[in-house]
Amino acid sequence: MAVRQALRRAGGRLLATQGAMAPAALGVAGRGLSTSAEPITLEIPVPFKGHNVEPPSRTVETSAQELTEFFRTMFVMRRMEIAADSLYKSKFIRGFCHLYDGQEAVCVGMEAALNDKDCIITAYRDHCTHLGRGGTVLEVFAELMGRKDGCSLGKGGSMHMYNKKGGFYGGNGIVGAQTPLGAGLAFAQKYLKVEGVTLAMYGDGAANQGQLFEAMNISALWDLPVLYVCENNHYGMGTAEWRSAKSPEYYKRGDYVPGLKVDGMDCLAVKQAVKFAKEYALKNGPMVLEMDTYRYHGHSMSDPGSTYRTRDEISGVRQERDPIERIRKLLLSHEIATVAELKQIEKDAKKEVEDALSKAKESPSPDSEELFSNIYRKSYGAKSYGADRKEVVVTLP
Amino acid sequence: MRVCLQRPTILFYTFIDKKIHLGQGKGGCSVRRPFVHASPLSRGMADVAVVADKMNVRDALNSALDEELTRDPLVYVMGEEVGQYQGAYKITKGLLEKYGIERVRDTPITEMGFTGIGVGSAFYGLKPVVEFMSINFAMQAIDHVINSAAKMLYMSGGKISVPIVFRGPNGAAAGVGAQHSQCFAAWYGSCPGLKVLMPYDAEEARGLLKAAIRDPDPCIFLENELLYGVEYPMSAASKDKDFTLPIGQAKIMREGKDVTIVTFSRQVEIALKAADILAKDGISAEIINLRSIRPLDRPCINNSVRKTSRLVTLEEGWPQHGVGCEIIATICDESFFYLDAPPERICGADVPMPYAVNLEALAVPTMDDIIRIVKRCCHRGRAAA
Repeated sequence: MAVRQALRRAGGRLLATQGAMAPAALGVAGRGLSTSAEPITLEIPVPFKGHNVEPPSRTVETSAQELTEFFRTMFVMRRMEIAADSLYKSKFIRGFCHLYDGQEAVCVGMEAALNDKDCIITAYRDHCTHLGRGGTVLEVFAELMGRKDGCSLGKGGSMHMYNKKGGFYGGNGIVGAQTPLGAGLAFAQKYLKVEGVTLAMYGDGAANQGQLFEAMNISALWDLPVLYVCENNHYGMGTAEWRSAKSPEYYKRGDYVPGLKVDGMDCLAVKQAVKFAKEYALKNGPMVLEMDTYRYHGHSMSDPGSTYRTRDEISGVRQERDPIERIRKLLLSHEIATVAELKQIEKDAKKEVEDALSKAKESPSPDSEELFSNIYRKSYGAKSYGADRKEVVVTLP
Repeated sequence: MRVCLQRPTILFYTFIDKKIHLGQGKGGCSVRRPFVHASPLSRGMADVAVVADKMNVRDALNSALDEELTRDPLVYVMGEEVGQYQGAYKITKGLLEKYGIERVRDTPITEMGFTGIGVGSAFYGLKPVVEFMSINFAMQAIDHVINSAAKMLYMSGGKISVPIVFRGPNGAAAGVGAQHSQCFAAWYGSCPGLKVLMPYDAEEARGLLKAAIRDPDPCIFLENELLYGVEYPMSAASKDKDFTLPIGQAKIMREGKDVTIVTFSRQVEIALKAADILAKDGISAEIINLRSIRPLDRPCINNSVRKTSRLVTLEEGWPQHGVGCEIIATICDESFFYLDAPPERICGADVPMPYAVNLEALAVPTMDDIIRIVKRCCHRGRAAA
């Protein structure tokens, strides 16, 4: 749903900037950006690897519309995370800030295979995942800065973004906790006979957590429609996968739960894998999807990210595997867009992010009364106290 | 260690090729699964409790679960041995037979995993009742109780509420040793976002559990294993299927004018007996049964102490940072100058629970302790005006 909305926005804006929309059949010069829904068939370059399951085909169907959507959405996400980096360095953002740039293809590819009946739950690297589920850049920035227009009213912060209506359950700060929570969401979907799956996302660092295996056991036993999506960016904070896992083949770690290893820098591979896994999960129960991805930033803003990996490695991935560049190449090679048109999309995306940023900076801090709001849904007149119990005593709403 | 009370005799396993329709929409999944037949002997015991004039706490809890499962299809029960075994303490007896495996879920011995699943399902909108075979085992899952459940409404700016109940036997039992005897009232009671309930008798167990299940916030319901088998009279009102007791309200079990004893759970009974003996010595004790550790009924406690001018708190848990500390603090905040003597705390001994029966007896307050300490409190300080 979020992606369809993005398309409408993108399509509308593109039509406005392009002026008269020339049909796609004309020559390259003067041809408008193709937003055709005509199917384009492509081969996914990096093969899937299956564990106890036959991997899906490498032939994937997409369209000009979808590829343009991918490009635009990922570009907005990239700009948003880079802006967050500056905000943090200028002390507008405090505490923890875990950035997702490099990993955009995972959440964008996923959304292309999901709908509003599906749920996603992830850990603390959640800004872009929140956006993918229908969040706005404004509410992300405002939340990061602790302002009242933030998606959690400024009371959650970077790690605690939620959108229940959009099927996004956060935003969780305790490594691994989101995996049984995700199995619980899937339990509820099955209980209520909703034809949807839950994607419980976790990293290579969380992949060794006991509660993940407890959740996998129960979800396999009860055939819960949950997909365990391991975003393997190869470093759990500063610890490389080979230093923390005896077996870093995370797609195999489910043992009796089948798994798929996916090139997580390729939107189309992610889309194909999630589409395949969703069909599987609705009938048979859980599957593990290991997304081979990479983060350009360190673990968080307090980690330079270069003490445990080389700058060459980081720039190498950026050169060879950047998800946005990959889609750019596809758009150009399939003549869906020209260089100039892509520049325009980028310009619009930058503007969207900048506008959201300035608006977010104008948003005020939450009122002091908000200290005591939303402790309980139903308080029965209970009182809560501030540091000075005589001065600050509130009957909870 | 798991306490085994009754073993239903399992006669045989039958392999049945069953299409299991568990809400999978189109097409069930065909599986060969062992189907365990409960023995004819256990079938007779597998009936849900009927509300009566006298009930024990176990049956009262059972009736509450039964009625709430009927009332709201979003309610379900989950825990170790809650289904086929009829409940480790038989609290959930008959529920599997009545409501089926979708709503009465036996779990593996994985507290962190199944508690997380319960909390996640509550995020979505279901109303789980998660049983811990002992609240001591809930320590393995405490991250989900506090970080995933209690704090969620606040962190999400009001977007995601968590209508879950965690329940199980808490505190000292008999001879179960250090790892199975801790009282968690103080730990859970300190957490904003959580509600902590501790019933005493059968009527309270029934009314408070029904209220907790209907409550939209995470509640932890701390029962007492030694009270499960004890019978109490039930009022006419308590038999109604919509009977609930208010959360956050204490009950004055016995009115008095010389000293206020604030307590909860099993010690309520012992305090009441001690009060009878104290009355013979001319000390009129007012007994307050908290029922709700969080929210705490501060007005009730304060009004009572303003009347009696003396306070004794009574609990089985550890003394340091215990529930008694908060009760004394609230009196100091609001009613200090009404006190005629320093408040006294009666708590469990500041030790891990020993096994030897004589040492165990020294580790939990007795009626003699209560009588002695109340007299001490009454004979100190200023005489009553």
